[in-house]
Amino acid sequence: MTGSPDSAVADLDPIRAAAEQKYKYGFTTDIESETAPKGLNEDTIRFISAKKAEPAWLLEWRLKAYRLWLTMTEPHWAKLNYAPIDYQDSFYYSAPKAKPALKSLDEVDPELLATYAKLGIPLREQEYLAGVETGAAPMIAVDAVFDSVSVATTFKATLEAKGIIFCSISEAIQKYPDLVRQYLGSVVPYSDNFYATLNSAVFTDGSFVYIPEGVRCPMELSTYFRINAKNTGQFERTLLIADAGSYVSYLEGCTAPQRDENQLHAAVVELVALDDAQIKYSTVQNWYPGDENGKGGIYNFVTKRGACRGRNSKISWTQVETGSAITWKYPSCILQGDNSVGEFYSVAVTTNCQQADTGTKMIHIGRNTRSTIVSKGISAGRAQNTYRGLVKIMPKAENARNHTQCDSLLIGDRCGAHTVPSIESRNSSARVEHEATTSRINEDQLFYCRQRGLTPEDAVSLIVNGFCKEVLKELPMEFAVEAQKLVGISLEGSVG
Amino acid sequence: MLIIKDLHATIDGREILKGINLTVGPGEIHAIMGPNGSGKSTLSYVLAGREGYEVTGGSVTYDGKDLLALTPEQRAAEGVFLAFQYPIEIPGVSNTTFLKYAVNAIRRHRGEQELDAMEFLKLVRGKTRALGISDDMLKRAVNVGFSGGEKKRNEVLQMAVLNPRLALLDETDSGLDIDALRIVADGVNALRSPERSMVLITHYQRLLDYIVPDHVHVLAWGRIQRSGGAELARELEAKGYAEFAERAA
Repeated sequence: MTGSPDSAVADLDPIRAAAEQKYKYGFTTDIESETAPKGLNEDTIRFISAKKAEPAWLLEWRLKAYRLWLTMTEPHWAKLNYAPIDYQDSFYYSAPKAKPALKSLDEVDPELLATYAKLGIPLREQEYLAGVETGAAPMIAVDAVFDSVSVATTFKATLEAKGIIFCSISEAIQKYPDLVRQYLGSVVPYSDNFYATLNSAVFTDGSFVYIPEGVRCPMELSTYFRINAKNTGQFERTLLIADAGSYVSYLEGCTAPQRDENQLHAAVVELVALDDAQIKYSTVQNWYPGDENGKGGIYNFVTKRGACRGRNSKISWTQVETGSAITWKYPSCILQGDNSVGEFYSVAVTTNCQQADTGTKMIHIGRNTRSTIVSKGISAGRAQNTYRGLVKIMPKAENARNHTQCDSLLIGDRCGAHTVPSIESRNSSARVEHEATTSRINEDQLFYCRQRGLTPEDAVSLIVNGFCKEVLKELPMEFAVEAQKLVGISLEGSVG
Repeated sequence: MLIIKDLHATIDGREILKGINLTVGPGEIHAIMGPNGSGKSTLSYVLAGREGYEVTGGSVTYDGKDLLALTPEQRAAEGVFLAFQYPIEIPGVSNTTFLKYAVNAIRRHRGEQELDAMEFLKLVRGKTRALGISDDMLKRAVNVGFSGGEKKRNEVLQMAVLNPRLALLDETDSGLDIDALRIVADGVNALRSPERSMVLITHYQRLLDYIVPDHVHVLAWGRIQRSGGAELARELEAKGYAEFAERAA
């Protein structure tokens, strides 16, 4: 045991520890779960539907989707490389074992509360209220989704007083079946695409929001998604309806433990904005990205779409994507109502072996519809980052306007940035502008910052945050601060 | 304060500095003059630790320490400040944010407590007022859309806030009209102190009308060719660099 090999291993430990620390959400929660048998077949779907005591129409809808999905093939047009996914090698339902109906947070498993506390998400309203009094924390209503189910939703009573519904979609199916039936699949039909169809068949939970006519939601609504169980896919479904003249700002955050296997996440988000309604939807996606050699990490195949159905309605997507091994995501707007507005602000950071193919679709149908796209892609290590966008002007979209700006920033010389914009205009009065730039983090900037005392890591973080500023300023303040830190942390060690 | 002995440096294998000797005492102002391409900017980059410049011989001792062994940020934290000939733009980062990062990075290095937002603003406002710089400049992105004069004034502001013990001013007068030059020079003069040494790198004598140096050196062919007092600058202005340019050709 004189072993120099031993000491060599010991020497590596601090480095390894530092590398592992980088993803601080990588812990797992030891909790008893109830799981559906592994694999996917009609019985799995019946199991999920029965677990949730769903009405017959929903089970039928799920089965229809499943049968269609069996005939579909995985899309491979994106600039993404990964080993084939074995859809039978995954669990489609995993729920923390708990009492059937929770009357208050006191009944939530303390392990779960501890998990969310560790993630910095307090689920106890009084903690928030205490924070508000001292000015420390903003008031945010939270829906927490753990693996396949929603475990807690806060501030329900406060919101209900204004007629706002904010609950898990499972609960909405029970309590507001008409609303769910009217809108579910109305923006993203069950037949939409491979992943959305899979989601329609097996979705387990997610959030449901309804803002009644003329109501301005008095606080941010947010959902925190956490994948915990091993080999479990997370298929959440979010449905958000803003009735005429209403306003809501909604945030979602996502984290997952560090695991060597890839985990599948295929969500669907549908937004509906009626006349004069406004929806602001912000995402900070920080799923586990895999290690520096590309082992593990979440496969994130997400369909997000908003319909501006009403006149003068507005949907604004803001996303900060730092996590996931693979991101396939195109939050889009269907601008159907006259004068409706769609916005897409995106920061996608990819490092190590991460791959992101992300962008948006703006479909202009109504007159005087306007859209703005600002995409900032940052690549480091061996990562690949693609912006893919479609701006489509339909024949009746008189005076439609679009402005697109895509900027890519490269750190190092082994990464890639790609821009794939498509423009289809079928109306000659339309005006569509596209600007794109690609730059490298500049030696001059780095040296300038270091000469002023900044470490290379701080310098990169500062420069990148400046590069993303246009997007980050769209986030609600308290999220923007988190996102800035996240962008900095994600790039740690990318400059050598 | 600063002792440079027989300093040799290359860029891409080409030797630019061929044995520089220079000693700068505390509180002294030295001007380094010379024709274009004589190695003036290289000297400032080597002292600040820029990558790509390889020191092939000699030594630089700063405050008793081996300066060349330190990273650029360590040198900054030890009080070495380089005012850039062409200040760099950092889009999306406000001057305030940049300065705050810089001040606190240096304070951390020195084992001092970081300044909070209020303390920091108080420090910066004091400096902007003293230098006659509007607070509006603080909100703008670092050097983005700044005029030549504004960029140089911004360098002086950074210098005032970071309070270095050795300031290297690289062609601070270049690209400035006479009014801008006077404003920048006033700023530099206001920062003269017995605890602060300065090295002014300049092609023209005119800066030295406003900032009067204690010593003037002529740098050509990678070496200091002549040294003298302030009068040497005036002599060069009258005679030009012809004497030093011929041999270069």
